[in-house]
Amino acid sequence: MVKKANDIEARFPAGGVIPKAGSAHDYQTGGWRKLRPVLDAAKCTNCLICWVMCPDSAIITEHGKMIGFDMEHCKGCGICAVECPDKVKAIKMEEEKS
Amino acid sequence: MAITAIKGKTALTGNSAIAYAMKQINPDVCAAYPITPSTQIAEEFSSYVADGVVQTEYITVESEHSAMSACIGASAAGARVMTATSSQGLALMWEMLYVASGMRLPIVMTNVNRALSAPINIHCDHSDSMGARDAGWIQLYSETVQEGYDNLFQAMRIAEDSRVRIPAMVCLDGFITSHAIENIELIGDEDVQRFVGEFKAINPLLDVERPVTYGALALQDTYMEFKYQQSQAISRAKEVVIEVGKEFGRTFGREYGLFETYKLEDADTAIVILNSAAGTTKVAIDELRAKGVKAGLLRPRLFRPFPAVELSNALKHVKAIACLDRVDSMSGFGGPLFNDIRSAMYELDARPRIISRIYCLGGRDYKVKDAIAVFDELANVKKTGVVDELTKYITI
Repeated sequence: MVKKANDIEARFPAGGVIPKAGSAHDYQTGGWRKLRPVLDAAKCTNCLICWVMCPDSAIITEHGKMIGFDMEHCKGCGICAVECPDKVKAIKMEEEKS
Repeated sequence: MAITAIKGKTALTGNSAIAYAMKQINPDVCAAYPITPSTQIAEEFSSYVADGVVQTEYITVESEHSAMSACIGASAAGARVMTATSSQGLALMWEMLYVASGMRLPIVMTNVNRALSAPINIHCDHSDSMGARDAGWIQLYSETVQEGYDNLFQAMRIAEDSRVRIPAMVCLDGFITSHAIENIELIGDEDVQRFVGEFKAINPLLDVERPVTYGALALQDTYMEFKYQQSQAISRAKEVVIEVGKEFGRTFGREYGLFETYKLEDADTAIVILNSAAGTTKVAIDELRAKGVKAGLLRPRLFRPFPAVELSNALKHVKAIACLDRVDSMSGFGGPLFNDIRSAMYELDARPRIISRIYCLGGRDYKVKDAIAVFDELANVKKTGVVDELTKYITI
């Protein structure tokens, strides 16, 4: 029992404090997704409004261009598809298959 | 500061003494919202801040919910934090009390005991702090102005102890103690600073070199482990209360323990009672002792965590006990002190008879004759071995 108690003290920082930064990355929220964003790269103008608006920082960019989604963290909220400008509409939400 | 009437002593009300103790502690942050009967604590302490005699950041807030929220934020940021409240103010802090204790933030708060509405009432009973007894705060109860003053320094040490890190509440009776002027011994400012020591923050939010998260989600897989830790930590507070009480005694000449007893050693009837009413009970005991009645008293000082073994050991030789609660938990089965004491005594092979008496709610005066009437009842229980009424309202 003492060993177990010490183990709990060591594994769970008192007060539920997370004593390091950036740990949200380790929590994979992609499993919550019901709808999946799909990018039509031919239509995308790389305005990056989706990158600004995504609440989960799940838009992946490279050299200033939108290249896809971080599907381990994308919850499928569809904000990117809504925010994509009307004249572009390069992101569509599709039913997640199982 | 009031005029000194006795050499070496200073005449202060309970509220002034608490505000003065806060000035001597000089916390980093105080967020408080004044409420009767603890108003003067916030009032006088804010004067100390305005006069520049403390370095405290005083946050004026729009409610007690905000007061406790600001205290939590400041404590998580790494500050030593104090506040004070009463009654509805404590009730409004409710959800934040649990956040403070769950995050293990060693905030020290004075609660000047007052009844809860409805009906509205500004006078003393223990409905407020007893309602908060399961909020995970350490609770120290104080009989006198002197004890309230002394308890505040000890509460700081207990709450901030590395084995504990749990917020602490110092309770004293509204008006009876908060507004009564008593000659008390003050401790020198430097001695106070030496006793409370420097505050060492653990995981301060303001340490930008080492960012941390407070208030993270903990679900089925981890929540219980954090609560287990909290439970272990508040249990450890008992030992720390004893240590700190002894050190306080060695340093300042007034030693404190888990509880105080009065003529209990050879008593065969006893009253268990909190705070100022213990003083009245002691007078009743003196009157009864003069007539040869072996009456005694136990006044718990530490109520949370509950020192069950020590209390039952101190009371086990008594034949009949009355637990007097200045609060009704509305369970139809007596007051909270009665239930905890009675449960603690269950482990004994030979158990005393224990009765619950609810007394003097809403500030009704508790008189010597009221205590004597209870001892008369106990004498009858002792003689016959029969308890006619297990739970009852008295002084009604």
